[in-house]
Amino acid sequence: MIKSLLVIQQGLPYMLQGAVVNVIVVLSAMLFGFMLGLPLAVGQVYGNRFLRRIIGIYVWFFRGIPLLVFLFLFYFGLFTWLDINVSAFMVATMVLGLISSAYQSQILRGAISSLSQGQMKAARALGMSDTKAIVFIILPQAFRLSIPGWTNEYAILLKDSAVTYALGVTELMSRAHHIASRTYEHLAIYLAAGFIFLIFTYIGTKALNILHKKVTIPGCSQ
Amino acid sequence: MKTDTEPILEINHVTKSFGTNTILHDVSLSIKKGEIKVIIGPSGGGKSTFLQTVNFLVMPDKGSITLAGNRVNPSDKRELCTHRRQVGMIFQDFNLFDHLTALANVEIGMIKVLGMKKKAATERAMAELDRVGLKDQANQYPAQLSGGQKQRVSIARALAMDPRVMLLDEPTSALDPELIGEVQSVIRDLGKGGMTMIMATHQIGFARSLADEIIFMEKGRIVEQGSPDELLAQGAATRTRDFCARIAEIGGE
Amino acid sequence: MIMDELLYIQNDVMPALMKGTWISVLLIVPSAIFGVCMGVLSATARVYGHRVVKFAGDTYVLLFRGFPLLIQLYIWYFGLPRMGIYLSPYWASVVTFSLCSGAYQSEYIRGALLSIKQGQLAGARAIGFTQLQTVVHVVLPQALRRALPGCGNEIIYLIKYSSLAYMVTCIELTGQGKILASASFKYVEVFSIVGAVYLLLVSMATWILNSLEKRFAIPGFEQHQA
Ligand SMILES: Nc1ncnc2c1ncn2[C@@H]1O[C@H](COP(=O)(O)OP(=O)(O)OP(=O)(O)O)[C@@H](O)[C@H]1O
Ligand SMILES: [Mg+2]
Repeated sequence: MIKSLLVIQQGLPYMLQGAVVNVIVVLSAMLFGFMLGLPLAVGQVYGNRFLRRIIGIYVWFFRGIPLLVFLFLFYFGLFTWLDINVSAFMVATMVLGLISSAYQSQILRGAISSLSQGQMKAARALGMSDTKAIVFIILPQAFRLSIPGWTNEYAILLKDSAVTYALGVTELMSRAHHIASRTYEHLAIYLAAGFIFLIFTYIGTKALNILHKKVTIPGCSQ
Repeated sequence: MKTDTEPILEINHVTKSFGTNTILHDVSLSIKKGEIKVIIGPSGGGKSTFLQTVNFLVMPDKGSITLAGNRVNPSDKRELCTHRRQVGMIFQDFNLFDHLTALANVEIGMIKVLGMKKKAATERAMAELDRVGLKDQANQYPAQLSGGQKQRVSIARALAMDPRVMLLDEPTSALDPELIGEVQSVIRDLGKGGMTMIMATHQIGFARSLADEIIFMEKGRIVEQGSPDELLAQGAATRTRDFCARIAEIGGE
Repeated sequence: MIMDELLYIQNDVMPALMKGTWISVLLIVPSAIFGVCMGVLSATARVYGHRVVKFAGDTYVLLFRGFPLLIQLYIWYFGLPRMGIYLSPYWASVVTFSLCSGAYQSEYIRGALLSIKQGQLAGARAIGFTQLQTVVHVVLPQALRRALPGCGNEIIYLIKYSSLAYMVTCIELTGQGKILASASFKYVEVFSIVGAVYLLLVSMATWILNSLEKRFAIPGFEQHQA
């Protein structure tokens, strides 16, 4: 028991540094996923039938295959095959971002379609082009409605980021494994790692909740 | 306020179907500057659809719209936006932008569509809010306003664009009875100020006192049109009068 | 060249992946069933239970939803031997998946139970139902319908997360893929097929769940899902 606690205490800074890597991977992936997911969502709501179909297939594809399979496919497969040298960190971020883009597109799509048709109509009636209407009227409202979804997405991604250990990204999970296999304190170390994940999930969730409160507008939430 | 010039807005032979369901059958209407035309008729008769074809929120299948002598080509995006900018629209359920304050709702068209500077837009927006009696509510969000206040903001929003014609689709239908008066009086003032308007309404008394011409629309066709006195006079054997009598029985107007 | 490829796929890849898929199914099905059971139990405890039971249920859900699945897997597989409990890779995976999945199911079922309006229970009492009759004839039929979309989604997640069993050397679909690909270095080919199999499994499960939802649909219980 005492030994377990000592091992945890000694490993803590090393593990916390790992958790920072997780957070960096997740935030970059979310940003990347947002940049892809936003046009996907807009296309899925306002695009023609063909575009909607293509986006539907994209979403189905990235939501239907496990993260681990994508990681192997991209890291050992695609990039090696194309003879491009990328770090495990980059691949992990990219894969998480691609998967997240599919989920984020659905969060945003849900938010956009929950707005009343009247918002678009009124914007057009003022003489706004569809692009202007989407940028100035639809998206500012949709983003606000999406924050709870993003909070959820952050929590999911953070936990999923532990899987990038399979590529050797030196994040929390891999560091925990490293300590555990040297000290044989598997139980204690993995429990500690689990709690660190829990804490970082909590911090991120709290931060997003505060943001949610900050930007919230009367009558503009679900 | 009537002037005997060319019509400012002409709607020619507009037809619209949804699927196999034809909602508008070859509807034509023209209106001169300063005129007020009021459309009445049973629910589902196509009033809203008709008004929305005028600014192409609903694309007509056939027919054309001519504004100030210029026949609008709706497939030219720029021309379409210019046309819509010049035609103000008031919706039954207000459609204020929920994420913007009353003031920002009025400003946004001027800034994003007309390209006005923020400062000038704010000044004009405040003037318009003042005109509809809502200067003090400028910083409220739509959710914090009553129905009547929302509709007045939406009128201010349309006016700020300096429209040549206003379309009003049952502007008081979604309001509690005690709030109808404040919106009606704003609309009345607009008419006195010479605004050209086409309005759909179920408020017969209001229609009668305001309209230069009443248009009775049923099943997607204009069945009758004429001055309120012609159509609604005691003993006039018109469909319009029948309809109004029936509404009066139910609604007690 | 292409012939070689096809022969490799036909003779080596397909049989191994079939075997792996079968193991995956053997992981997913029991975990899904145990998961739903855990979910129902813990949700009932959290909604109707005594304070202590409620607290236990809440803690269970907090921890098992809060810890990454991979960490939970390592705790059961690498951590428990420390306490004298040894689980095979397969059983460690099933236990992990069931408990984690149960925690998520618990949330959906709890939400469904809470959504049942007081009036429904009053109505049941008014026509003389006993407690048990109320649960069987009123609460469950309503709650299960409300919970179905969420629970179904969770099972779809489970299909994908079952791939993590490979990390504790339970050689299922992903594991078979990794072994094949490491030997032949044909990662793109092998993992494309592996991915396709998962897509197939997920799509089949989605289809079944949608049909179930349709089969049990009642006006007023529609749920719109992204
Ligand atoms: N987008 C649409 N798709 C299909 N049918 C539509 C659509 N919009 C309107 N309709 C149909 O067109 C008909 C006319 O509708 P419209 O709203 O124009 O009538 P209205 O005269 O404004 O009625 P109300 O007095 O109730 O407002 C209705 O039968 C309606 O169901
Ligand atoms: Mg209407």
